[in-house]
Amino acid sequence: MVEKKKATTKKTDTKKQEVKKETSKQVPAPAVGSTTKQEARVGVFLCHCGTNIAGSMDLMAVQEYASTIPNVAYVDNYQYMCSTPGQGKIEKAIKDHKLTGIVVAACTPRLHEPTFRTATKEGGLNPFRFEMANIRDQNSWVHMHDREGSTEKAKDAVRIAVAKAALLQDLYPKSVPVEKAAMVVGAGVAGMQAALDLAYAGIKTYLIESSPTIGGRMSQLDKTFPTLDCSQCILTPKMVDVGRAENIELMTYSEVDSVEGYIGNFDVTIRKKARGVLTPKEAEARGLVGGGCNGCGDCDAVCPVVKPNVFEIGMKPRKAIYIYHPQVVPLIYTIDFDSCIKCGLCVTACGPEKRAIDLESKDEFIKVKVGTAILATGYDIFPIEKKEEWGYKRYENVITSLEFERLICASGPTGGHLVRPSDGQTPKRVAFVLCAGSRDNTGIGKPYCSRFCCMYSLKHAHQIIEKIPGAIPYLFYMDIRSFGKMYEEFYYRIQDEGAKFIRGRVANILEDKETKNLHVMTDDTLLDRPIDMEVDLVVLASAIQPSDDTNRTRKLFGVSCSMDGWLLEAHPKLNPCGTTTAGVFLAGVCQGPKDIPDTVASAEGAASAASIPIHMGQVELEPYFATCIEEKCAGCGMCVNLCPYSALSLVEKDGRTVMQVTEAKCKGCGTCGGFCPGGAIWMNHFATPQIVAQIDAFLLGGEQ
Amino acid sequence: MSAPGDFKIPERGPGFWQPKILGIICNWCSYAGADLAGGGRIQYPPDIRIVRVMCTGRIDALFVLKAFADGADGVLVSGCHFGDCHYLEGNYKAAKRMFMVKRLMKSIGLDDRRFRMTFVSASEGAKWGKVVTDVVNVINELGPSPITEFKK
Repeated sequence: MVEKKKATTKKTDTKKQEVKKETSKQVPAPAVGSTTKQEARVGVFLCHCGTNIAGSMDLMAVQEYASTIPNVAYVDNYQYMCSTPGQGKIEKAIKDHKLTGIVVAACTPRLHEPTFRTATKEGGLNPFRFEMANIRDQNSWVHMHDREGSTEKAKDAVRIAVAKAALLQDLYPKSVPVEKAAMVVGAGVAGMQAALDLAYAGIKTYLIESSPTIGGRMSQLDKTFPTLDCSQCILTPKMVDVGRAENIELMTYSEVDSVEGYIGNFDVTIRKKARGVLTPKEAEARGLVGGGCNGCGDCDAVCPVVKPNVFEIGMKPRKAIYIYHPQVVPLIYTIDFDSCIKCGLCVTACGPEKRAIDLESKDEFIKVKVGTAILATGYDIFPIEKKEEWGYKRYENVITSLEFERLICASGPTGGHLVRPSDGQTPKRVAFVLCAGSRDNTGIGKPYCSRFCCMYSLKHAHQIIEKIPGAIPYLFYMDIRSFGKMYEEFYYRIQDEGAKFIRGRVANILEDKETKNLHVMTDDTLLDRPIDMEVDLVVLASAIQPSDDTNRTRKLFGVSCSMDGWLLEAHPKLNPCGTTTAGVFLAGVCQGPKDIPDTVASAEGAASAASIPIHMGQVELEPYFATCIEEKCAGCGMCVNLCPYSALSLVEKDGRTVMQVTEAKCKGCGTCGGFCPGGAIWMNHFATPQIVAQIDAFLLGGEQ
Repeated sequence: MSAPGDFKIPERGPGFWQPKILGIICNWCSYAGADLAGGGRIQYPPDIRIVRVMCTGRIDALFVLKAFADGADGVLVSGCHFGDCHYLEGNYKAAKRMFMVKRLMKSIGLDDRRFRMTFVSASEGAKWGKVVTDVVNVINELGPSPITEFKK
């Protein structure tokens, strides 16, 4: 109790100091801090960045100007400030010139702020006494032909940064413990691999999958290029591993409902959708020892409701109580309550021993705490019927590649016999339309390359030649992009096997009403002649797009997306698995189209990245918290409702109502500070006097 | 809206007026988008100075008014798209405040086109170029702020 009291008095002391500092800062005299603080002495370091910066502006003029700015005690420049000698300059100058603040005018704080903060720290200053002036990404690179304009802008940028640097304070990052558990959202091959890696590294991993089984898109494929491995054969061992791994808690038919918290301490609520069927574990929990679903399928046999099987893209029926395919993990049936008529036949069939079926089951909400999370939400097929010229869904014999995969797959609806949907005949002439909806700038399709369609279409061509004697595949392509290991060799092999390649984007597909054959119209751009080719079947290598639920899930975790909806990585080259939300990582296609090898590699990368904070045991949070200047706080409580994280509350202190911040919850957005009518909220590192000083420095020339 | 590159490099020096435009932009979307414009070498006029905040929610309406009082010819506030805020809803709160600023400007006779709030995401480098070009073009059209003129 006594200690507590001491702590609070200390706190109020520091707050008083802040207030004093704040008032002193508003005085136009050179900033003198409270009591022990000496006059601000700012060191300015200009980076040439080779010719990146120095090539577009007069850096020497900027340096000369910088030395005239108030509070600037030292100015220097270097070819590459981020290099070891460049950083050494900062460290040396801090000691030699007793600097209290550092400004580096170089690239962007989003790139090198950590580097220079470390250098500032090495020099003996608090790392948060560093401010960056962006004179490259937002100046020299975007005003390459306006030397005078960019020089003036750089001068102002330095002046603005110095104004802030003069007012910066010592801040201390807060260390928080990291929960030794991780979450992976999506159990396709990416999610499975990430979960396995995390689990094998000794981390408890929650694997969340929205469909009733794990496996994802890869489990729908027949063969994989270029090795022609059977997709299920190489995937099922992994699925079994996931089902068995001790550290993986698998939650199928579940969705993330809400996410709270921050790196190290995410509180995630999972909605376990009503499945209607008990696992042996759940049955045991209800006191039914030896009960629960064992996957026998007796219920399936008696269920009277017939629905299309989504896994087979509607080409095969399923019952209202169903599994996708025989190899599902976990092998637990699921009731589709939207179509179930609750006749109870399945309950009878299941019998009194298993008693696995509960027609009254409801959605359950489960709360778990994890340290880091990986999103692996995958992709959907672009609805290619939007490209009306190719007649998908209008002409029976126009199918998508995914439908082709199911038709050619031995476990598929036709037992692996490729047939024409119109008459069940075996097609002899099959056209493959590549870039169907990809690389499409019409505004209907997708502007990007879907990256694996070329390769799987080559594989499809091979499968046709192999399975149907005398069949000829025709590939209509723009370019064949066979960039991976052994991919180009595979392309040559398919050429040698007799597949026909026609370079031309398909303009139109027309159907012969009697034979249901199709006429593929294009222009052969290599031979420069129009083509009208009659074929039996057309396969559209449809573009892919982020899966349906991606947008909802990414918002829960605070992850941005790029213009085409794929989730945005922290850096496209140097941090492709990370996101701007600390502790959240991306694996697989949700970040952008990838083939299976790249997906697995990215999953392993994400797992490794997600395990680092967990193994470290604690992480540092940026100390950009809000604090209440209690003397100014009127206790109106406007801020309490503004805070998106419920970090603020009103408390009684010394007979007054004042606001109090729960630092662990505060993420430092400053929404409270931007509104507070009394100016009673001090946002660390983005304090009102600091921002006002920046505005003044720009508009009033820094003299204030 | 102006196309990127749709601007002339003006004559500079004494006697030539140059607009003073302040941009207060959020770290996660617009600042990242502006950096992306840099990486893509998207050219736009240099007549804007940037102050970075973590979230547009941090922006006090008084910051904007202070800038105009100090003699800014234009102010741009730019953040994440709605629903995309790194801090969930800071941009909604900012937008509300900024509408208030616009209304206030109208009622005191300051052309509210001098102040703009835009939404530029971290992947919209080209859009950032367009936005700044357009803001600068509009301010050039409007000329010096009446507040600066009045001060003289």
